[in-house]
Amino acid sequence: MAYNCAVLIKQVPDTKRITGEAMNDDGTVNRSALAAIFNPEDLNALELALQIKDKFGGKITVITMGPPGAAAILRDSLFRGADDAILITDLRCAASDTLATSYILSCAVKKIDYDIVLCGRQAIDGDTAQVGPQLAEKLGVTQITYVEELVELNGKTITARRNIGAGWQQIKTSLPVLLTVTGEANEPRVAAAKKMMRYKKAHTPLEIEQKIKAENPDVDEAVIKELAKHKCGQLNEKCLLIKQWDLDFLGADLNWCGRSGSPTKVHRIQSVVLAAKESKDVPANEKGISNMIGELIEDKIIS
Amino acid sequence: MIDVNRQGEVWVFGEQHNGQLEDTPIELMSKGRHLADTLGVKLASVLLGDKVKNLATKLIHCGADKIYLAEHPLLEHYQTNSYAKVIFDLIHKYEPQIVLYGATITGRDLAPRIASAAKAGLTADCTDLQIGDHKPGKDVQLHKNLMFQIRPAFGGNIIATIINYDRWPQMATVREGVMPMPEPDTGRKGEIIQEKAQLSQQDLPLEILAEHKRERQVNLKTARIIVAGGAGVGSKDNFKLIWDLANCLGAAPAATRAAVDLGFIDSDHQVGQTGTTVRPSLYIAVGISGAIQHQAGMSQSQKIIAVNNDSNAPIFGIAHYKIVGDLNQAVPRIIKGIKSVSRES
Repeated sequence: MAYNCAVLIKQVPDTKRITGEAMNDDGTVNRSALAAIFNPEDLNALELALQIKDKFGGKITVITMGPPGAAAILRDSLFRGADDAILITDLRCAASDTLATSYILSCAVKKIDYDIVLCGRQAIDGDTAQVGPQLAEKLGVTQITYVEELVELNGKTITARRNIGAGWQQIKTSLPVLLTVTGEANEPRVAAAKKMMRYKKAHTPLEIEQKIKAENPDVDEAVIKELAKHKCGQLNEKCLLIKQWDLDFLGADLNWCGRSGSPTKVHRIQSVVLAAKESKDVPANEKGISNMIGELIEDKIIS
Repeated sequence: MIDVNRQGEVWVFGEQHNGQLEDTPIELMSKGRHLADTLGVKLASVLLGDKVKNLATKLIHCGADKIYLAEHPLLEHYQTNSYAKVIFDLIHKYEPQIVLYGATITGRDLAPRIASAAKAGLTADCTDLQIGDHKPGKDVQLHKNLMFQIRPAFGGNIIATIINYDRWPQMATVREGVMPMPEPDTGRKGEIIQEKAQLSQQDLPLEILAEHKRERQVNLKTARIIVAGGAGVGSKDNFKLIWDLANCLGAAPAATRAAVDLGFIDSDHQVGQTGTTVRPSLYIAVGISGAIQHQAGMSQSQKIIAVNNDSNAPIFGIAHYKIVGDLNQAVPRIIKGIKSVSRES
């Protein structure tokens, strides 16, 4: 049987490549200087969905919540083989913590037909690994976290191997299920040239409107809207329209979105400046090193 | 979701597997004790399993005033749904103000599921917890005695303090190894409260077909001295220097993520944000530039020696002894120096 997969992805700042340029003078991180990338383990989740599709057939829908620019990772997913893409973008989503985020995502996932929901284990900006399990709870589906291998899919049952730290566990359960996928699960495929040719034209309604506006700077707003609507209709017929959903479309309860839906709040942010209280330069010669060892013995650090 | 409730207790999830307590609930007892004493409330542990009552004593010796014990054959093996259901029910029954979990694989699987059901806040992977006050803005109510949930974020480049003042309980998972283990006091007394778990087979959607646990190659958390190598060591062959130095000090060999990714040593030895957090008496960092992600796992070491040929390497910013030079010469000199001292004694 074929399986429909929903893959939840996130665009994140590339925290692994923080260089001098990305640091402000006061030692804080200048986020705008960091490249926005496809969260690495979300690529593993997408790859697992693609492997399921290759073997059994079915449709892959990728979903992200973020600013309009997050459409870039949806297009990237289409290049790699996803079938449909949804951008949840709404200013009222801002300041959502993991609880509010999982609520908003659950409203979107409930609108599509799925057998398996896949998420990356965690995102590199927050490293919380919370949205996956919270989404599973909101959807009322079983979760398998830390998946490192999909062992078998057979009818309505799935068998997966999960990492349990020093070791593994093989688990069987019934669909529907939500998996969080680790970086060890697979090697994500690269974009296919043919799909890139096709899907580079895939855009969100907002992107289309902005493009028409840029091309027709002197034209009336209402006309632009009309032109954009027409263009969206054309793209939609060719399956090249990236869906753009807001909280009204999702029918989300605004009390559970954004700041009001987020129990956790930031009290303070500090940049990390670690420094040793006293430090000594030790000459890299025998005498310097032998003096250091003497001190460590005196301090009873080594014996 | 429960309301703000100043009499609520401080709870620690008593994670156990196969009748063995994990280290994390014990580690959390010292911090939990401190939070509970500051707030003037009781410290309790929630212990789930089948025939695990004997573990309650150890938790009491380590600082718990109370144990909520839920024993049931269906709780013998951890499953997300069954454990989440029982703990969720207990939270609603007793309304604790704080619930802490170890940020273990199990804790990070379980806590978000409970948080979502309880519509409560949850902060992941905290490295410190404190009690403090928060004022959201001018002319706004002061929130007193909140739990400050302190954690690195953004790849370890910032430290965020998170709070949770309007919907309780305040919940957090706490990174393994960052809280010191308390000394058990075998004279301590506590109360064990038996709870009935309401469970049916439906609460266990998983079938565990097989499980394989292996011993970790090294126990970095308890090591008094650690010798760690980074990418700068150059090759797996050259990593022998790290092993040699570790051997002559009776130390545990460790590595950065980069060295692990390069295949110099097994990932069991990895120290840092994605590895183990350590706080030894002495940490010798060899060929380690000192990425913030690595520092996050070792900066609490009592003394740090850094050996690196780049005098601008960030590791020197936190090192107590700075050796700028070629590690291939410096490390053998350290080994020689230590051997000569141990011969004398």
